[in-house]
Amino acid sequence: MKDKMIESLDEIKSTGLKDIEGVKTLDELEKLRVKFLGKKGKLTAVLRDMGKLSGEDRPVIGQTANEIRNSLEMEINSAKDSLGQKMKEMKMKEEDIDVTISKEELILGHRHPLLHTLEELEDLFISMGFSVVVGPEIETVENNFDALNSPENHPSRDLSDTFYINDDILLRTHTSPVQIRAMKELGAPLRIVSAGRTFRFDDVDDTHSPMFHQLEGLVVDENISMANLIHTLDIFIKELFGSDMKTRYRPHHFPFTEPSAEVDVSCLSCRGKGCELCNGTGWSMELLGCGVVHPKVLEHCGIDSEKYSGFAFGMGIDRITMVKYGIDNIRLLFENDNRFLNQF
Amino acid sequence: MLLPINWLKDYVDIKVDSKTLSDKLTMSGSHVESIISLKDNIKNIVVGKIESIQAHKNADKLIICKVNIGEEILDIVTAARNVNEGDYIPLALVGAKLADGTIIEKTDFRGVDSFGMLCSLSELGYSDNVIPKEMRDGIYILDREHPLGEDIVKAMELEEDIIEFEITPNRPDCLSIIGMAREAAATLDLDLKEPNIKIENELEDISKYIKSIEIETPNCNRYYGRTIKDVKIGPSPQWMQNKLMEAGMRPISNIVDVTNYVMLEYGQPLHAFDADKLEGQKIIVRQAKDGETIKTLDDVDRKLSSDDIVIADEKYSIGIAGVMGGFETEVSPATKNVLLEGANFDDKSIRLTSKKFNLRSEASSRFEKGIDPKLSQIAVDRACQLIEEIGAGRVVKGNIDVYENVKIENIIRLRPERANKILGIEISKDEMIKYLDNLGIKSEIKDEFIYSIVPSFRLDLELEVDLIEEIGRMYGFHNIKSKPLVGVLTRGEKPYEKQIEDKAKRILQGLGLNEVMTYSFISPRAYDRIKISEDNKLRNYIKLINPLGEDYSVMRTTLIPNMLDLLSRNYNRGVKQCLFYEIGNIFTPKELPVKRLPDEDKVISFGVYGEKDFYYLKEVIDKTLNKLGIIDLEYIKDKELDTFHPGRTARIMLKGEELGVLGEIHPDVSENYEIKDKVYIGWLDFEKIIEETSLDIKFKSLPKYPSMNRDIALILDREIPVGDIEKLIKKHGEELIEKIELFDVYTGDQIPEDMKSVAYSITYRSADRTLIDEEVNTIQKSIVDDLKEAYGAELRS
Repeated sequence: MKDKMIESLDEIKSTGLKDIEGVKTLDELEKLRVKFLGKKGKLTAVLRDMGKLSGEDRPVIGQTANEIRNSLEMEINSAKDSLGQKMKEMKMKEEDIDVTISKEELILGHRHPLLHTLEELEDLFISMGFSVVVGPEIETVENNFDALNSPENHPSRDLSDTFYINDDILLRTHTSPVQIRAMKELGAPLRIVSAGRTFRFDDVDDTHSPMFHQLEGLVVDENISMANLIHTLDIFIKELFGSDMKTRYRPHHFPFTEPSAEVDVSCLSCRGKGCELCNGTGWSMELLGCGVVHPKVLEHCGIDSEKYSGFAFGMGIDRITMVKYGIDNIRLLFENDNRFLNQF
Repeated sequence: MLLPINWLKDYVDIKVDSKTLSDKLTMSGSHVESIISLKDNIKNIVVGKIESIQAHKNADKLIICKVNIGEEILDIVTAARNVNEGDYIPLALVGAKLADGTIIEKTDFRGVDSFGMLCSLSELGYSDNVIPKEMRDGIYILDREHPLGEDIVKAMELEEDIIEFEITPNRPDCLSIIGMAREAAATLDLDLKEPNIKIENELEDISKYIKSIEIETPNCNRYYGRTIKDVKIGPSPQWMQNKLMEAGMRPISNIVDVTNYVMLEYGQPLHAFDADKLEGQKIIVRQAKDGETIKTLDDVDRKLSSDDIVIADEKYSIGIAGVMGGFETEVSPATKNVLLEGANFDDKSIRLTSKKFNLRSEASSRFEKGIDPKLSQIAVDRACQLIEEIGAGRVVKGNIDVYENVKIENIIRLRPERANKILGIEISKDEMIKYLDNLGIKSEIKDEFIYSIVPSFRLDLELEVDLIEEIGRMYGFHNIKSKPLVGVLTRGEKPYEKQIEDKAKRILQGLGLNEVMTYSFISPRAYDRIKISEDNKLRNYIKLINPLGEDYSVMRTTLIPNMLDLLSRNYNRGVKQCLFYEIGNIFTPKELPVKRLPDEDKVISFGVYGEKDFYYLKEVIDKTLNKLGIIDLEYIKDKELDTFHPGRTARIMLKGEELGVLGEIHPDVSENYEIKDKVYIGWLDFEKIIEETSLDIKFKSLPKYPSMNRDIALILDREIPVGDIEKLIKKHGEELIEKIELFDVYTGDQIPEDMKSVAYSITYRSADRTLIDEEVNTIQKSIVDDLKEAYGAELRS
């Protein structure tokens, strides 16, 4: 009886070990475990005859059975580990992907380059202590011309230069009327910028548009001089275009400032060396207009021109946007082609 | 304004090159547009003399010239007809470069070698609009002897460049060579030498030719006349022609050329009349009669009105003052005696007339900017001197000068410390005086002040600050040392509305929309194209009186046409998808016709096509507004809205008021805009959004207790909007309903016609305890009951 049981146990061990070795999946392994070690498994079946054994033989068989159980369990566990590892590897192999595929499912939104530039300019001036103010697109002749000391017969007032709604109301030709509004409303001292749409009777071509954009700045305080104006604009231009930028203040004429100047900035493409774009001059011409506020303008707005002086400046945002991004045709700004917008 | 440096040198002793000169003038306030060089464009063109002319054996149209260039005599074959033996001509040698870039080579013309080419003015680089008509096609014949073989650049004085200036409207005095010479002299600290006007021989008396000159209009400040007798009309000398051409004017004949020469020199336009054709030997300056006509120099009959000033004789008007002379009294080859007019007219009146007739000339453009009345006399006398010099006629003694209202000299008091303060510099009174004197502004110091006499040619100088500018630009803005702003430190701020706008734009960017920007004016026809009904108040738009064309003629009352325009443009350029928004103003008149400034209100518009639907745009709007703190939006279906698809359009309501509209556009509208895709458009009143937005965010603590989910599926009438169902559901459960999620809407198989199935997942949660099944079941049951009662909704089994 004992010998027969030992034989059976050896048989269980050898077939068990052999079967475990050949197992391919965790499922099979589990089935084997049940088959050999489960409650209704082979080992239990053998041990069921333990009662028939002599007291002497029983511990011997018991020990052998335990050893077999242990060794089978060990084998099963190690097979489980290696099978698990193998299956993980197989799964990962299946999960292999082509990393060069692009799905293009996300859509990014884009700011219009001009309006984005406008906001950047405003923010730049805010950081310099200027406050942003706004004014209407439709203005009075009074605010747009008269209060700005524009002579009555100045050509810019012509129907061929300015869009009119009636004799007294027009589409503002510059952002300067906001100066007038701000001075009348807020008085001195004052430090403001205002940006927005402006209109002039220009047919659409590569560099012109009947609607364009300006940014206007104004400082009114005691002891404001041309030297302050130059300092402020130099900081602004270096911030905007880079610290290696040079500026050039050329005397010019605007009715609302005296003295007046136009500002040239180092050519952005050659940084001042001279290239085809700047006709070899090294300068990007007429990027800003500026000057000391005309005393008549101050007085008109109820500001004492003896006590206070001020400076004002204006710039074309369309032009600055184009220079900044290298856009060669102003029409692109107004066409709103999606492929254009997606670049910014 | 073209300034030939060659001519400038008559008045200022310029020693610097043209580049330096133009840089210095630029920095003192004369804006240089370009530097034109004639000499750089041509090479190896020399003076030759035609010794003999022979016929070409093999070609009737060609001749062979033997041209002497000093060292040798060359055979030149030409088709030109205007050359004669003995003529001095410009000859382009083999290897020469013409102004158009052509390189001359030895050429075989039907068996005869030609060793160069005779040149016309155009080949020398003059533009066609300044070349005298009679010389247009021919070889240029020099009018005097020159050393043979001399470079043409030297012979024709082309060494000097021409500088083109942009003259600002405040400086009409700079529209003249002497005016620019004055600027150059002041800039370079040199002397200005004005011409010494002297007439050698005067004979007879003007009264023999002109009985009287009368001014009958307040619009003529001065009229100065002199006469020339024994006029011999012919070409002017080449030195004069060359200067005129370089300054951009075409030589015509000696008398006309002299008047143009003096106009360019001094800036005072002159006119020459055939004195023998003046009826009654009289000149009357008056306003035209309404309906009066005149045939002008250009052979056009023009109808005048009382707004125009005319020069008339006893019977007829003989010229439109300052704009164009009359045909009848024009100087012609038969003219014997000439009246030279130097007049000063009201600038505004000339401007209106020249604009009315669309006659902008060198003369009118000067008159309309204003001219020093002193120049009337100086310029006419100068013309007399030149006519005498070139032998074009004999100057008659005496003049008639009608000059009333002589302007008193303006004296400006300048405070030197004010000048330093405004400019931010520290210079002495003497330095200031030097700058002013150099500009011809006589100044002196008295009691700490500088007193300056405004010269008559500086019509722009009026106030102290005008002199400060003169000092500033002569000192040089580029020499001013920059100084930081001082004073109270201020914080830059952005208005609240702009902050909201910026935030909205950031949200929309995050949602994947592109920002667009369009014109504030649109075409009135756009309202038809978007099917706006005739009585819709959107059609109360403001019209421009002078639009650039119908497309830009009315101020928009809606942003939709702009949006559709650019969606259409993109669609027709093959762009597959557009997700756009714009924030812009609409313009609503307070009354029509407009008397006061209209309302300008911000609106946000949306435009979408390509793989997106109504619900996409609805979600964009929801998410954007929610993020701005605006919740509880209601969408009410509206089948009556212009522009939109009746079944797919909603009005967006906030607190019972309309905030905007959202929908698919009507197929007719998409047809009008040639878009074959579905197009979704929306707009929102941005002013209201600004009012309702709240930028404050308050944190809510995270849930501590578990939630419970219940699904319900209902069958109900297809017409009942889910919004209504949700509103009803929300009324239940006090605060316990956390979320209502619609997860299915279904029509079709197994659902009766006209019915639909909707399925919701409702999430319940309490902030302070764990919910138990019973209470949730009770709420759920009451929801189902109410839905049944309100909408006849049945639970779907």
